[in-house]
Amino acid sequence: MAESGVAGLAPATGLIASRWRVLPIVELGVLATAVVLPLGLPDYLTVFATRVAILALFAISFDLVWGYAGIMSFGQALFFGAAGYGVALLGRDLNVSAALLLLPAGLLIGFTFALLLGGFLLLGRHPTSMIFVALGTMTGSYAADRLARGWYYLGGQNGIPSIPPMTLGAYEFGEGAVFYYVVVALLVISYLVCRFLVRSQFGLALAGLRENETRIAFFGYKVQHLKAIVFAIGGAIAGLAGSLYAVHEGFVWPNMLGVVISTQVVLYVLFGGSGTLIGAVIGTVIIEGVSFWLSDNYREIWPIILGVLLLLVILFRPLGLISFVLSERERVGSFGAKIGRRSHGAS
Amino acid sequence: MALLEASGIVKTFGRLTALNGALLSVGENEFHGLIGPNGSGKSTLMKCVAGAETPTLGSIRFGGEDVTALSPSERARAGMSLKFQITSVLPALSLYDNILLALQAHASLFDLVLSRTRSALHGQVMTMLQQFRLADRAHDPASALSHGQQQWLEIAMALASKPRLLLLDEPTAGMSLEERRVTGELLAPIKAHCSLVIVEHDLDFIRDICDRLTVLDQGAVLASGTVAEIQASQSVQEIYLRRV
Repeated sequence: MAESGVAGLAPATGLIASRWRVLPIVELGVLATAVVLPLGLPDYLTVFATRVAILALFAISFDLVWGYAGIMSFGQALFFGAAGYGVALLGRDLNVSAALLLLPAGLLIGFTFALLLGGFLLLGRHPTSMIFVALGTMTGSYAADRLARGWYYLGGQNGIPSIPPMTLGAYEFGEGAVFYYVVVALLVISYLVCRFLVRSQFGLALAGLRENETRIAFFGYKVQHLKAIVFAIGGAIAGLAGSLYAVHEGFVWPNMLGVVISTQVVLYVLFGGSGTLIGAVIGTVIIEGVSFWLSDNYREIWPIILGVLLLLVILFRPLGLISFVLSERERVGSFGAKIGRRSHGAS
Repeated sequence: MALLEASGIVKTFGRLTALNGALLSVGENEFHGLIGPNGSGKSTLMKCVAGAETPTLGSIRFGGEDVTALSPSERARAGMSLKFQITSVLPALSLYDNILLALQAHASLFDLVLSRTRSALHGQVMTMLQQFRLADRAHDPASALSHGQQQWLEIAMALASKPRLLLLDEPTAGMSLEERRVTGELLAPIKAHCSLVIVEHDLDFIRDICDRLTVLDQGAVLASGTVAEIQASQSVQEIYLRRV
């Protein structure tokens, strides 16, 4: 069977023979690593790993929006930061610390902001261009950052410090292994929900949207609605990540809303490999891990080394690190009924 | 009553007038050919009918309803289906998934998320692939097909939703003689349930499959009638056929 690259991208045949499905192996490998990781780590690295896992959740939200639906959201931090601020305000002004209130609130805030911005950017009579959406989301993120910096109620430049720790009944979640496992559990649940979506017939519609939006509009798909739905789901996941970040770090600040973090999440996904979900997780872990190590060992020049590394991967492996092991065929996937695959040769 | 009535269609792009009062009337189960020299406005008229372009003036009625202001998606839901001039199958997806994508277009969001129609549509997917002689390659990526096979796949995709009107813009472009003959064979059976508007430069192909023809010249209708009437038309012979 011939392998094909997506139009405009380099051919990406995994280096490992594609007789077996590689994706589940990679996913299980990452999950197993995540489960055993804190066992051998000192406390300060467990705190770092928790932060990385939260950012990986954030990266999944962007991969869903960009990697699967082809919506270039350059303002994903808006939903991340808005949820963070929302949770911080709930803690500061209403003394809310219950996880069962804070985390759904973060999810809802991200969803609502994304629905409003997505409604404005995506729900026109005619499909909007990628540039319009990219600039619109970036502007939203930048404006929110500036608003937070200038608004005294939100703490201005300093943000909101001393967010009370998240609680579940009488239990208080401090930094450490328990918080880490809570984040990993939420990451796994979110991942599975996204995986279910992108492998469903809805995922096939998203694949069509990504490949040729005009074509599927002529089939009768309401492409703007599909995009707005995915954008809102992505916003909800980013909101969940933002609320976890706020309660984990204990403070929020305007950068959480701005274009720097919005760009950072694009790099996580590009580096790991878009349109795979697990690539977003791997990209986040490697970029954050390498940054951590480089900043410790090459204090002055580490951003340059990291920048060159990112450029090399994006130049020579445009489908990301995951494409070393994952064939393009497996990345795109197959959506047909199993009965069809059995009777007409496997994909 | 005609299934499709496009009347007084004017389409301008800046100072260029691509269509200047064009008319098109297509009956139920009619195969209608749109012919004319390059730049006569055939593809623009097709795009106006399908919703890819909005007419500057004029109205389009489909099944008795005014669809002039409807989006392509709404027109597709009303029963129109378009095959583009440039092949636009989804290259990274398998043939099976290309057809499934077209077939499930009218399913509800709930059904899509829960993949409720996946098994139910399997039979229809395979029937379409068999009908278009592509069943043995069901799980190959569409990019692996020859140009002619990609055209067939796209026609199959356009027919998957059982439209009342199929719009084909140069379906045999780039095909070999044998592939053109097969394309004619593949299209013939759809007449039982579907009307067809076809833009095509291959006049032999058009004569073989169409009931009626409309000849466009400089954005306006030069002649319209049965194939025999058009063949006998002095003005068409003088203005169109001699140029080709």
